[in-house]
Amino acid sequence: MKYLKKSILEVSRFIQSGEVRAADIVTESINQIEKHNRKLNAFVTLADDALKKAEEIDRKIKKKEKVGPLAGIPIGIKDMFCTQGMRTTACSNIFGEFKPTYSATVVERLDAAGAINMGKLNCDEFAMGSSNEHSRFGRVDNPWKTGYVPGGSSGGSAAAVASRMVLGATGTDTGGSIRQPAAFCGLVGIRPTYGRVSRYGIVAYASSLDQAGPFATTVKDCALMLQSISGFDEKDSTSSKEAVPSWAENINSNLKNTTIGMPKEYFSDELNPAIRKVVERAIYVLKGLGAKIKEVSLPSTKFAVPVYYLIATSEASSNLARYDGIRFGHRIQSKEIDDLYKKSRGEGFGSEVKRRIMLGTFALSSGYYDAYFKKAGQVRRMILNDFQKAFLQCDAIICPVTTTPAFKIGERIEDPVKMYYNDIFTTPVNLAGVPGISVPGGLTEDGLPVGVQLIANHFQEQTLFNIAQALEENLKIEKRMPDGI
Amino acid sequence: MGYEEYESIIGLEIHAQLQTKSKMFCRCSTQFGAGDNENTCPVCTGMPGALPVINKKAVEHSIRVGLALNCRINEKSIFARKNYFYPDLPKGYQISQYSEPLCEKGYVDIIINKEKKRIGITRAHMEEDAGKSLHYGEYTLINLNRSSVPLLEIVSEPDLRSPTEAAEYARAVRAILIYLGACDGNLEEGSMRCDCNVSVRRKGEAKFGTRTELKNINSFRFIEKAIDYEIQRQIDSIEAGKKIVQETRLYDSTKNQTFSMRSKEEAHDYRYFPDPDLLPLEAKRSWIESIRNELPELPEERKKRFQTQFALPEYDADILTREKGLADYYEVVQKESNDPKASSNWIMTELLRELKNSDKEISQSPINPKQLAELIRLINDKTISGKIAKDVFADMYRTGRGPSAIVKEKGVVQISDEVQIEKWVTQVIAGNPKQTEDYRGGRDKLFGFFVGQTMKLSGGQANPEAVNKILIKKLKGQA
Repeated sequence: MKYLKKSILEVSRFIQSGEVRAADIVTESINQIEKHNRKLNAFVTLADDALKKAEEIDRKIKKKEKVGPLAGIPIGIKDMFCTQGMRTTACSNIFGEFKPTYSATVVERLDAAGAINMGKLNCDEFAMGSSNEHSRFGRVDNPWKTGYVPGGSSGGSAAAVASRMVLGATGTDTGGSIRQPAAFCGLVGIRPTYGRVSRYGIVAYASSLDQAGPFATTVKDCALMLQSISGFDEKDSTSSKEAVPSWAENINSNLKNTTIGMPKEYFSDELNPAIRKVVERAIYVLKGLGAKIKEVSLPSTKFAVPVYYLIATSEASSNLARYDGIRFGHRIQSKEIDDLYKKSRGEGFGSEVKRRIMLGTFALSSGYYDAYFKKAGQVRRMILNDFQKAFLQCDAIICPVTTTPAFKIGERIEDPVKMYYNDIFTTPVNLAGVPGISVPGGLTEDGLPVGVQLIANHFQEQTLFNIAQALEENLKIEKRMPDGI
Repeated sequence: MGYEEYESIIGLEIHAQLQTKSKMFCRCSTQFGAGDNENTCPVCTGMPGALPVINKKAVEHSIRVGLALNCRINEKSIFARKNYFYPDLPKGYQISQYSEPLCEKGYVDIIINKEKKRIGITRAHMEEDAGKSLHYGEYTLINLNRSSVPLLEIVSEPDLRSPTEAAEYARAVRAILIYLGACDGNLEEGSMRCDCNVSVRRKGEAKFGTRTELKNINSFRFIEKAIDYEIQRQIDSIEAGKKIVQETRLYDSTKNQTFSMRSKEEAHDYRYFPDPDLLPLEAKRSWIESIRNELPELPEERKKRFQTQFALPEYDADILTREKGLADYYEVVQKESNDPKASSNWIMTELLRELKNSDKEISQSPINPKQLAELIRLINDKTISGKIAKDVFADMYRTGRGPSAIVKEKGVVQISDEVQIEKWVTQVIAGNPKQTEDYRGGRDKLFGFFVGQTMKLSGGQANPEAVNKILIKKLKGQA
């Protein structure tokens, strides 16, 4: 491996200057996938046209034709994104061998930017999970330590980038599914403001919480990828018309005029010491760089997990109704329509998905709607208000991403509620619709990565990239890539 | 106890397909008669990740209808998901409006027994249609061309008290929809559908009885018949000591019966909640007002204009303006014939009767308005007599030919030549000595007999005025 340990920006320069061919980079990616995928299980479907597309880019560069900012950069696409003509399953059996006739807007935009899609990445079924243990294709291993989860739901995306099979990947973040695996795998991962990125063509889990975002190995790469997928899409009514700045070019790690809030509720005595150590060190470094650190309060955070699991499951129960075995996907034939539904869905969905459909169906049922779904919506508003109040006092918030570092495979799968509570630091961001980024903060004594989370107000991604860049430049992290890669 | 002791309480839910080129939430065509599943895309077939985008034209139509129905138009309304499983409902939910609809609290006036009655409209909300299931033996095929076609559901208050009132109300709403060009109002093709909520109670009781909902009614005649049947069924049940079950019933027009489709216990819990894929619908006051300012003339206004401009009685004006097509027809006949009253008479009596007998709409009339106007002109310029005109009209209706051609071919041009008429009169008097004597003896009533005989002799071609004049002269003259 020669080029894939570098950043997208560096490799891009090589490709665009003609110093190295895109085809060579893609070949390196293919080799790297061959080398690691059997063990990590990150890719679940491989593209068969990657090399051809790379050669096309090379031809264009040779002819001095204009190419996109990500020209020739090998990336992976989470299996939640529809890819025209390429199997798309959300890692669920219910999809069967579904091949969409259309691509998600994100996939189209990456393609337009010249990125080379190497294939589809493993995840928890329908993005429901925090460990990538709930997939029809089996679990994903953490490249940093065998037998540990890579996080979820975008576990395949994180593992593929951490093991340098690709230089970047897409993820979706409904309750932390980008930030938590980024933290577990030592990567930069951002969940942008709700509405920044079109949801068109992304398998819906919880529509009011879902946002797509990128994984990369550096802050600038992450910004560059987000730039190419952001912006209004007429096919998504909830996408924003807010202008998309050139985040990567504008990154400024000078924090002299930046105030960073430290929410006291996130640093309780119960906080895992390894996590506390990493986040407090990051705060120390930021202070040293001239940032003002201020204590703020997000008192409604304690409700975030129950509110999240009511809203997300309610929306999911409706979003997943279309998987009925009628028009596509898995079907168990029956003469009775109700029987066809029951059998097809009974077989097609995994246990975690069924649990969430049941929960959401209950929360929306007549007689329970007010007490659960409606109440959850009201508390969601309180959580947003907390953030709005906090952002009157600071430009960004710093806090942990996860309650612990990556845990062992199988360790928590039997206790869903415990698993759900791992999302305590990530779900408030989704509920408030604000952007959040996870940046590498350091390693535990066991050599597992720990992430630091930064949160800003709506559409203030630049602030996140600036602070994240300062951390990337100034935090002493002994290793930025797992061994044996 | 008898039927007379009960009164019926009826409310209607009218689903009107809005006349837009594209569907409610995607750009697919709404063209009727396309090949199976030809008008579909990932959005209206509920494919993974596909998202709805609101059709502005459908909102505009809905606001127009809401205004015409005297509704309040809400500046903010919410699209909600109505969740249930059905093979032709691709997303597993229908996007509709639930707690915050676009239009609320309106009314329509109808005329019952020559009296005006105001029917309240609870709400009018936007929603998308489902697809169609076609059953072939043991297979069911799904056609999603209709899926996501825009509908406006207009819900009345339970203000209707008889099947006739219900049908009148439905006709009035349909007339408004057609006047606005918002819906073609075709019940047979399903572009307008009508569900009826029916209950009965003993007269004087304040509480409503348990209601049933009638579906599958596809003509105005069936609205009346289905409700009529259902009222009798409910009264019979109560009289027999049975309880009415809240349920949905289907109307079978061939048997003229309603039968149970599903009861409330089996009813779905639709789990309505705001659709997170769509932002609240915002209709700015300025937009609503500009739509209001551009509303076309509606039935009620047109009726008033007909009364003043054409000096028509209210009854005639009402009949003529109920249907836009008929009112348009009248205006052409009126203009071309320059005789508003005769135009109204011919349409109200001859034309509407013939149309009814042959079960035709005004748009299917074999006689076009210019032809009818020509017929009126032929009478007015005394080319033909009124009597002959009726025969000519019958011929026109049968063959679709113009009146002049028929008059020419049949040689039925009116004869006003007094010499010729006098010959006929003389012949009639000579042939009827007894009657002549009686008439001259004072039996004035016999005059009509002489007119009839003369007309008959002339083959109906004699100018009746001339016949009268000469008869008087001949009969009285020799007295």
